[in-house]
Amino acid sequence: MYDMYDIRDRIQIKDRWIALYVENQVGVLAKVSGLFSGKSYNLQSLTVGTTEHEDVSRMTICVKSDDITFEQIKKQLNRMVEVIKVIDITTSSLHMKELLYARIDEVNSDDINLIFHLAEVFKVRVCDAGEDSLILECLLTTESNDELIKLLKKKFKKVSIVRGGAVAMESISICKR
Amino acid sequence: MNITGRKLFVKALLEEGVDTVFAYPGGMVTDIIDELYKTTEIKVVLPRHEQALIHEAEGYARATGRTAVCIVTSGPGATNTITGIADAFYDSIPLVVFTGQVPQELIGNDAFQEVDIVGMTRSVVKYGVTVRDRDNLGKTIKMAFQIAPTGKPGPVLIDLPKDIQVATGDGEYPSYVDIRGYKLNKSVHIGQLKKAYKLLKNAKRPMILAGGGINISDANQALKEFVEKTKIPVVTTIMGKGALDYDNDLYIGNCGMHGRYAANKAVVGCDVLFSIGTRFNDRITGALSEFAQDAAIIHIDVDTASISRNVIVDVPIVCDAKAALEKLNEWAEPHDTEEWRKRIAAWDKENPLEMRKDLGLCPQSIMEGINEVFPEGIFVTDVGQHQMWATQFINLNSKKQMITSGGLGTMGFGFPAAVGAKIGARDKDVVCITGDGGMQMNMQELATSIVEKANITVCILNNQYLGMVKQMQQLFYGKRYKITCLRRNIDCPDDCKGPQGKCPPYVPDFVKWAESYGAVGIRVTDPTQIEDALREAKANDKTTIIEFLIASDELVLPMVKGGDAMSEMILPDKPRNGASSKKKSSKKPNK
Repeated sequence: MYDMYDIRDRIQIKDRWIALYVENQVGVLAKVSGLFSGKSYNLQSLTVGTTEHEDVSRMTICVKSDDITFEQIKKQLNRMVEVIKVIDITTSSLHMKELLYARIDEVNSDDINLIFHLAEVFKVRVCDAGEDSLILECLLTTESNDELIKLLKKKFKKVSIVRGGAVAMESISICKR
Repeated sequence: MNITGRKLFVKALLEEGVDTVFAYPGGMVTDIIDELYKTTEIKVVLPRHEQALIHEAEGYARATGRTAVCIVTSGPGATNTITGIADAFYDSIPLVVFTGQVPQELIGNDAFQEVDIVGMTRSVVKYGVTVRDRDNLGKTIKMAFQIAPTGKPGPVLIDLPKDIQVATGDGEYPSYVDIRGYKLNKSVHIGQLKKAYKLLKNAKRPMILAGGGINISDANQALKEFVEKTKIPVVTTIMGKGALDYDNDLYIGNCGMHGRYAANKAVVGCDVLFSIGTRFNDRITGALSEFAQDAAIIHIDVDTASISRNVIVDVPIVCDAKAALEKLNEWAEPHDTEEWRKRIAAWDKENPLEMRKDLGLCPQSIMEGINEVFPEGIFVTDVGQHQMWATQFINLNSKKQMITSGGLGTMGFGFPAAVGAKIGARDKDVVCITGDGGMQMNMQELATSIVEKANITVCILNNQYLGMVKQMQQLFYGKRYKITCLRRNIDCPDDCKGPQGKCPPYVPDFVKWAESYGAVGIRVTDPTQIEDALREAKANDKTTIIEFLIASDELVLPMVKGGDAMSEMILPDKPRNGASSKKKSSKKPNK
């Protein structure tokens, strides 16, 4: 029955994405995250927030796993009473962004010029500034944020990073456009 | 009309038809206990320890097929139940556990007897929640009774803060709650079933592997019909034992770590493995890479998450075992399995399941005595060597049921579970088969057994060791028994390698102990006394403790070492071969 899968895909360990609708109740986040630690699933990122219904939350979860483990993760999530719906969005067309703040301290005027230049290239904005420090507000894909962090750390001595994990929504399907 | 939480609680139990609860009082459940006094329709059983309470509830649920209800207090009362909750989770036993909790304004303060029991049990319950709003109380209790017994049954934990118990609120108990995250799969996928049946039909060496799911979904009759129509042989897991009557020609025996030689050979050598209601635990599969490696595997399970977890399955079918088998029975027709069955019979002849009986009081003889004296009844085991002997040699049919801790392997389970089973099924004989180690983990329950007049027969197989571990030490760890010997005392030499002739006396004296509680104690040292002792226990109207003094070096065999392939069984010496050492069967399965 596995003919339909490419065998390489089944054993390949890669990032996979789940949109998870859960009851907006106390303890549900702990239960979901506890499943990942308890069963040694490799959780990469998890974001959560309420939806248009205040009693329903939606989580965007990224796990690093092979196909078999990923199937098991989806089943285990589905088994929870508090889980309303599990959607595998790994291969879906998505709008997905992650909010990241980067604070750079001990900068001189050359650095400041460079930061403004980088902000332009990466399409992020400088949202705060002090005498010798700046804060960048970045709304990028997780990968672009990774790249930006790499670059900032290379160029500047003192960089602090806060990132929020990715949030995703499925694209409007082509036939409805 | 508005009523208090405690009143609604009792109302809910009555509407659920609960007639027995297992309760241990404490500060945070006194309101509920007090309210229970006001009804005569609910009997409250008071065990002597919450750890045993939960096993009693498990035994009760297994014996009656109904959801068992437990009430314990906050803090230590709640934490004492955790092992049993985990046990019920792994063996799919429906329990609703109510834990008291400190008032909500104290939660988080490290208040007296406060623990986050919902957090602690999160990974071993089907559903667990703290009731934080009095208006949700009725709904939450209803959810618990809907969730625990349905689908793959399991424990549900409801944490009740004291303020919720006394607050007034809605007095209605709902008759149904729509739970959007809990939808049961009630249909059978006909296409998948057809695919499965086609595979079976074309198989030359088909096997059925029946798990506990058969017993839980009451599919025994449907399985019997299917097997008799198709002539496909059956092996069972420990939890699946009893799925098919022991004397059915097509039943081979248990497979797995201590399974019958022929059963393991058959699983290794089959070409289609039809497994129903088992999660392919590692004790069943051994080394996964070599498990049924040439077989196409069909797997029926009510729990999606059990499918393709341990073993990759060719035809997965998510549904109730009974529903699936009943559908299959519509198509079933005879298969030519004679050749295959002959081969299995030859394996069985080559290495039959039997122990040497010339070395004193043989566990097999004790099990055979139990078979002889108790043609009907419930047989409850603890965990260890005696459990494996019981699963090897106790004969089960529709009049006999076995209750055992399979998934978690909880020592201390057997005795309280037997008491609970008797409380649930007073018209049946209940026999507890236990070891001297496991017995001492919950021996306080003799009091419960006496005061509840839950008269059972307890067979303690006393080998003076924690036998299952000792067996591993005997075979693989250089016979160092220091911490598995139950006779050892502080004066013993450090490097003891077994009885030296001047060992300290065994404690306790089980016969005197039984008598001190008003039970009957019998000590059996000779095979000729087995049946007499069992008959006496059956005839008298008291709980009877029979201590069987068995040899301390008896092994449970065959044995597959953890992580080895199922075909690599350690087999007993054959008496006719004289003193040859333990032999391993060939690595390559005979095909």
